[in-house]
Amino acid sequence: MWEYTEKVMDHFLNPRNVGEIEAPDGVGEVGSLACGDALKLMFKLDKEGRIADAKFKTFGCASAIASSSVLTELIKGKTLDEAMQVTNKDIAEYLGGLPEQKMHCSVMGQEALEAAIANYRGSIAAPHELEDRIVCTCFGVTDKEIERVIRENDLTTVEQVTNYCKAGGGCGGCHGEIEKIIEAVQGERVKSQTLPPPRKGKKLTTIQKIQLIQQTINEQVRPALRAHGGNIELIDVEGDKVIVAFRGMCAQCKVSEFTMKDVVQARLREFVSEDLYVEEDKDSVDPGHEHKG
Amino acid sequence: MKTIYFDNNATTKVADEVWEQMQPYFRTLYGNPSSMHTFGGQVGLKVREAREHVARLLACDPSEIVFTSCGTESDSTAIHGTLAAVPHKRKVITSRVEHPAVLAVCRELESHGYTVVELGVDKLGRLDLDELDDQLDDDTALVTIMYANNETGVIFPIERIAEMVTSRGITFHTDAVQIVGKMPLNLAKSRINLLSLSGHKLHAPKGVGVLYVRKGTRIAPFMLGGHQEGGRRAGTENVPGIVGLGKACELALAQMDDENTRVRGLRDRLEREILESCPDSRVNGDVESRLPNTTNISFEYIEGEAILLLLDRYGICASSGSACTSGSLEPSHVLRAMGVPFTAAHGSIRFSLSRYNTQEEVDFTIEKMPEIISRLRELSPFVQAAAR
Repeated sequence: MWEYTEKVMDHFLNPRNVGEIEAPDGVGEVGSLACGDALKLMFKLDKEGRIADAKFKTFGCASAIASSSVLTELIKGKTLDEAMQVTNKDIAEYLGGLPEQKMHCSVMGQEALEAAIANYRGSIAAPHELEDRIVCTCFGVTDKEIERVIRENDLTTVEQVTNYCKAGGGCGGCHGEIEKIIEAVQGERVKSQTLPPPRKGKKLTTIQKIQLIQQTINEQVRPALRAHGGNIELIDVEGDKVIVAFRGMCAQCKVSEFTMKDVVQARLREFVSEDLYVEEDKDSVDPGHEHKG
Repeated sequence: MKTIYFDNNATTKVADEVWEQMQPYFRTLYGNPSSMHTFGGQVGLKVREAREHVARLLACDPSEIVFTSCGTESDSTAIHGTLAAVPHKRKVITSRVEHPAVLAVCRELESHGYTVVELGVDKLGRLDLDELDDQLDDDTALVTIMYANNETGVIFPIERIAEMVTSRGITFHTDAVQIVGKMPLNLAKSRINLLSLSGHKLHAPKGVGVLYVRKGTRIAPFMLGGHQEGGRRAGTENVPGIVGLGKACELALAQMDDENTRVRGLRDRLEREILESCPDSRVNGDVESRLPNTTNISFEYIEGEAILLLLDRYGICASSGSACTSGSLEPSHVLRAMGVPFTAAHGSIRFSLSRYNTQEEVDFTIEKMPEIISRLRELSPFVQAAAR
C-alpha cells in the first residue's frame, strides 16, 4: 500500500476544478491509456492575461488525480509567464510529498501545463520537438524530457529517472542511454557511481565470442524482453553476423520504426565487439507472435 | 468501520478452529517431533495426524505429503528438484500466466542453458493443448502449469494435461495454491506428479505449505540437513503451522459444498449486479471454468488503484491488476498475456471471496460500486471521447 499524505488523499477524494471549459484559450493533453495515466488541462485567460479559470480531467491513480487538482490551484490567477515557472517539484511539495515511484505524476502535471500554454501561444501541439530523440520507446520519453527531470530534480540514478518520467520502466533497453544522459547532465558527480566498464575482450576466439554473445543475451537482453512477455533465442553466429529469433509477445512499442533488433545489436556491440550486426532468423518466426500496434 | 474482506486469493483469515488447535504448540507442547522422549513424541503424533488430514483433502497417501514453508518453496523445490533428478534433459514447459513463484524460477533457468517454453493463452485465459502437445519432446524434463489462476480464477484442464505429459514419461508439476480447499481434488485418480499448496490460502497461517510428491516421482532434495520429511525437506518442522494446516484441510473438506454453492452464489451475485449497474465493465477470464470464489472485472477508462482507494474508504478490500498497484509501470502479466486491452487492464479489479463472506457484505459492495465507478469516470478524459 502506498503511503499518501493527507493532502494527497484530500485532493484525490475532493479534486478541485474537475471538468472542461467551454471555448478554452489553451488545452494540453499528455499521457495515454496505454501508459496508465493521462491528463487533459484547459485554461481561460482574463483581460489582463491572467489564468481566470483552469480545469482538468485525469485518468490515473490517486497521485495523478491529486497532482492535476493541485496544478489547477497553483496556476489560477497567474500570468502565463508566471505559470511557466511552476515545476513538478512545486506540485509535489504542495502535496506534502509523493512516493518516489509516483513522482512521474507531478511531472505529468508540469508537462500538461506546458502543452496547454504552447497550444495557446500557437506552437504546433506536437508532443515532441523534431530535434528531440526518443530514448525510452516503451513510454515514448525523449532525451530532452529525461535531461530536464534530471536537472530540475537533481536525479542521479536510472531508478530515479524511471520514477520521475517513466523512462526505463518498460523493457529496460534504454538503461544504458539514461545512464549516459545522467552522466552528461550531472558530470563528474555521478561518474563514480556508474557501472564498471563492460568486459570487452581484445581478441576473442570464435568459441569465446559465441560464449560472450550468449552471456550478453542472457544477462543484458533477455531480462528486458522478459519484462514485456517476450523472449530471444540465439540461433547462430556466422563471423560477425549474429542470428537471433524473437519469441512470445513483442513489446507494444510506441515507435513503429523501432525494432528489438537494434537494442540487441547495441548491447552486443557494447559488451562483445563493435563489428557485430544482428539479423532476425526468418525461418523460426513464432507462429503465436502478433504485433499489436 | 467494518472490514469487508474480498481479497482471499491474496491471503485468508486463520479459521478460529485452526487457531485453537495451534495454540498449545507454541508454549505448552513445544517439544521437537524428532525427539526420543514422550514430550516430543506426542508432538510427532500430532504432525502425523495433520499429514493425514492434508492427504485426505487431496485423496492421496500421507507419505506423499512433504511440508514446506510456503507455496513458493514448494514450487521452487518441485522445479529444481525435478531438474536435478534428470540432469540430461534441458527443456521446461510452463505458461505465461503462472505466478511469479514459478515464472521467475523458469526464467532464471534460461540463463543456465535450459530451453523454457511459455505457453500462451487465448483472450479468455485458456491454454491451447495442441500447442502443449507439439512442444513435448524427449528433451523435456518438466512441465509446470498452474491449476487455477490467482488473478482471474480460470481453471486449466490439469487432469488432461497431466495425462498428456506423464504418458510421455515427463514429470508434471502443478501450482495448485488457489484451488486446494475450493474445489475437490482426487490425486489417487490423477496423473499429477507434483503439486504445491499454501496454508494461508485456505485459512491456515502463513509460513506453511505442502509439496505433494507422487510415489515413484524422481525428485532431488532441495533443502539438505536432518532426516525430516523423509529426507526430502530438512529442517525442524513448523509444528504450529503444520497442525494448523491439518485442521484447515479438515475444515475445507467438510465445507467444500458450502464453497461451491453459497460462496459461488455470492460471487455470482456480486459479479452480475456490478456488470449490470456499471456500464463499460466486463469480466476477464473464462467464466465456464473458474474458481467459485473469484471474479476479475475491468472498468474501462479508469484506473485500478483509484478504485481500490475508494473501495477502501468503505472498508472493502480487493486487488487490482493495474500498473500503479503493482509498483511497476505496466499492468498485470496475466491480463496482458490474455490480450486484455490496456484500456481495460489498468482498470481491473479482483474480488476473491471466502466462506466468511456474507450476503450483507456483497449487497453493500453492490450498492457502493456504481458511485465509485461513475465518480472516477467523471474525472476521466477518455469517457467523453469514447461517447462521441
